[in-house]
Amino acid sequence: MLGKLTLSAIPYDVPILVGTFIGVAIAGLAVVGLITYYGKWGYLWREWLTSVDHKRIGVMYIVVALVALFRGFADAIMMRSQLALAYAGNPGYLPPHHYDQIFSAHGTIMIFFMAMAFMQGLMNIVVPLQIGARDVAFPFVNTLSFWMTTISFLLVNVSLFIGEFSQCGWLAYPPLSEQQFSPGVGVDYYIWAVQLSGVGTLLTGVNFFATIVKMRAPGMTYMRMPVFTWTIFCTTVLIMVAFPILTVAMGLLGLDRYLGMHFFTNDGGGNQMLYLSVIWGWGHPEVYILVLPAFGAFSEITQTFSRKPLFGYKTMVYATASIMVLSLVVWVHHFFTMGAGPNVNAFFGVMTMVIAVPTGVKIFNWLFTMYKGRIEFHATMYWVIGFMITFSIGGMTGVMLAIPASDFVLHNSLFVIAHFHNVIIGGVYFGYVAAMNFWFPKAFGFKLNEAWGKRAFWCWFIGFYVAFMPLYVLGFEGMTRRMNHYDNPEWHPWLLIAEVGAVLIALGIVCQLTQLYVSIRDRNLAENRDLTGDPWNARTLEWSTSSPPPFYNFAILPEVHELDAFAHDKEAGIDTRQAGGNYQPIHMPKNTACGFLIGAFSFVLGFGAIWYIWWLAAVGLIGVIATVIARSSDNDVDYYVPVSEVVRIEQEHTHNLMAAQAAE
Amino acid sequence: MAQNMTADAAHAHDEHHESPVVFGFWLYLMTDCIIFGTLFAVFAVLRDQFAGGPTGHEVFELSGVGIETAILLFSSITYGFGMIAAHENKVSTMRTWLGVTFLLGLGFLFMEIREFSHMIAEGNGPDRSAFLSAFFTLVGTHGLHVTCGLLWMAVLLFQTAGKTELNERMIGKLTCLSLFWHFLDIVWICVFTFVYLMSVI
Repeated sequence: MLGKLTLSAIPYDVPILVGTFIGVAIAGLAVVGLITYYGKWGYLWREWLTSVDHKRIGVMYIVVALVALFRGFADAIMMRSQLALAYAGNPGYLPPHHYDQIFSAHGTIMIFFMAMAFMQGLMNIVVPLQIGARDVAFPFVNTLSFWMTTISFLLVNVSLFIGEFSQCGWLAYPPLSEQQFSPGVGVDYYIWAVQLSGVGTLLTGVNFFATIVKMRAPGMTYMRMPVFTWTIFCTTVLIMVAFPILTVAMGLLGLDRYLGMHFFTNDGGGNQMLYLSVIWGWGHPEVYILVLPAFGAFSEITQTFSRKPLFGYKTMVYATASIMVLSLVVWVHHFFTMGAGPNVNAFFGVMTMVIAVPTGVKIFNWLFTMYKGRIEFHATMYWVIGFMITFSIGGMTGVMLAIPASDFVLHNSLFVIAHFHNVIIGGVYFGYVAAMNFWFPKAFGFKLNEAWGKRAFWCWFIGFYVAFMPLYVLGFEGMTRRMNHYDNPEWHPWLLIAEVGAVLIALGIVCQLTQLYVSIRDRNLAENRDLTGDPWNARTLEWSTSSPPPFYNFAILPEVHELDAFAHDKEAGIDTRQAGGNYQPIHMPKNTACGFLIGAFSFVLGFGAIWYIWWLAAVGLIGVIATVIARSSDNDVDYYVPVSEVVRIEQEHTHNLMAAQAAE
Repeated sequence: MAQNMTADAAHAHDEHHESPVVFGFWLYLMTDCIIFGTLFAVFAVLRDQFAGGPTGHEVFELSGVGIETAILLFSSITYGFGMIAAHENKVSTMRTWLGVTFLLGLGFLFMEIREFSHMIAEGNGPDRSAFLSAFFTLVGTHGLHVTCGLLWMAVLLFQTAGKTELNERMIGKLTCLSLFWHFLDIVWICVFTFVYLMSVI
């Protein structure tokens, strides 16, 4: 009846997990209690959980990403603490069984549920506004994408308290991840979480590609698109190319485990290196899926706070597109040691180094944008400058790893760990935080506190160097990754330094939380409110509407005459919002619970399949199919906003604007 | 300014009529194409890994596969007739052709399941060797797509029951399924060539 699920699957004898469970339960009950106390369940359901508004979906994505950040960081600091302790006679506090789950969960969560969710949140909030559209091409698919990501993250967290998580690293290499060596449910949790969230991401890719192609404002040609939209455009192409490969990789590993097939097994003719090729065929483009939007955000922020247009817009676009193409032909550099021979390795080594060229073009473009600009050292700019320094170092160690001969020495060592944290924290994470600080007032109508933003930056920036530079050294000293215990006395001091760095990063996260708290507390102070909709004197269309924008974004669709449409309008004295009162009824999608329901049934399907509870899996699958059919049969999916409603909202905005100007 | 207003109004009008659904479905099909492409690559890598089990030459019966191919190709033609009727708003003709397509698809699926169950009964299931794992997965993924297509077709037949004319949304759905169905045909031609014919030669 319950498949593999028995009482022994509940880890009530592991004090760390029991403590975590109690903490999570108390926090969860507090949230539920507060929502109930304030009677907000109906509001939450109608206005958020079932919303098809891209701005709200974007905010929810980022909330999920921040929760994932805490979970992923908790894993990280536990690993660092284990390695600070587990030296010579001291076994540390984490047994290998637990430690292996922690590093697997850390990687999986940080990539799939922190970075991917954050990125999708940003593109949801920004892209439709930036191209002057009222929504995405497929609003229902958008809520579905969100829920697939969210329930997958839930699945990973359920594995904390029911059963176990994968112990095979974040990419679950076979044969270790095969049934023979990992008979537990950990790898199954991993497979289902990655597979289901992959569905959501793929749909996001299709949705935003179609949105950018089909829904740009009149006059916005491709070469008038803001750089952030360009980077998202390239990212969606990479999503559509790469995520199906991930689906196949997870599918084949699942078939090996569930049906005893022989794709990657030791016996029966299986081939483990085939898995590596397939998973990195997705994995390498994935790196660029994450970092391209960060590049886009840096471009927008640099030009805004340097008070001049971006240097080399066209080269920026071509550089982005080149990186998009090149990222598809470098995957073998993740396993030079496979033994594919010098010719193959040389090709992939050279292609990898070539990627440094367009990336270098970007770095110089940002520097030249700042050159002779009137730079405002806003908190957001701190992250940008910190990124440029950190990412350049990470890029250079990347070129070192791209040399096959040196990769043979450094493969699987902590040098690799230091390198990719250098580019992912320094590039992706700094970029997303900068973007969050930059676009926060657009989403909520008030600014984030700058002092706490700068404190968070300094903690993260210094913390990063203290935590990861020792890892480069340890890599040269021969320390391999995923180690639970060591005897080499030379490593110990470096690992203690790295632990200090992790604590500094923890302080950075505390500063970020404080920043959020302080900003929400002081949201009504005059200097924090954003009544004009354009708090930074920025250049692109999202700043031409109010903050937060009305649910239809633009009462009158803007007309684009050149690059940086809003800057052009401001210079030419065109007020797009005041362009007469000639409003039309606006066609908008209706909210729907179908995305939530499909997500919930997918969760049931995944949970049932992980534990071999086949009736439950069947219920989930039938639920998914039935919901899709019901949605397909529903003809009441859209409506028109009457002109009177548009006039009311627009007049309210004009009123606020005038009040703001009077206050000045 | 007044000119701008008319342009905007015209655009809003266009935007409403030009649904991105078919374009979006095309994009989805291209991603599906990559799934099949990867599965073909996997098959190419593992096609000689018999692990002491049977080779393709020993397990494939080309006559049955030939009939399957004919049925599937023919079902694409009948779906095409259905679409012609749909564009002429002849709902009952469209439904008849869709019904014929459905039966042909069902026939294809029946033959495939029979082939699979024969192989499994003889001990040549997907767990026998890497070659057979790759074969069953590639062909089975196609079969799974056909199953989804049939389910979709049944839903559309149900949704158009008793209708005298087709609205834009329904035409959009029929067009998407049409693309899907022809796409499966193309994939099947590749399966027939690269999996069956090349294993037998």
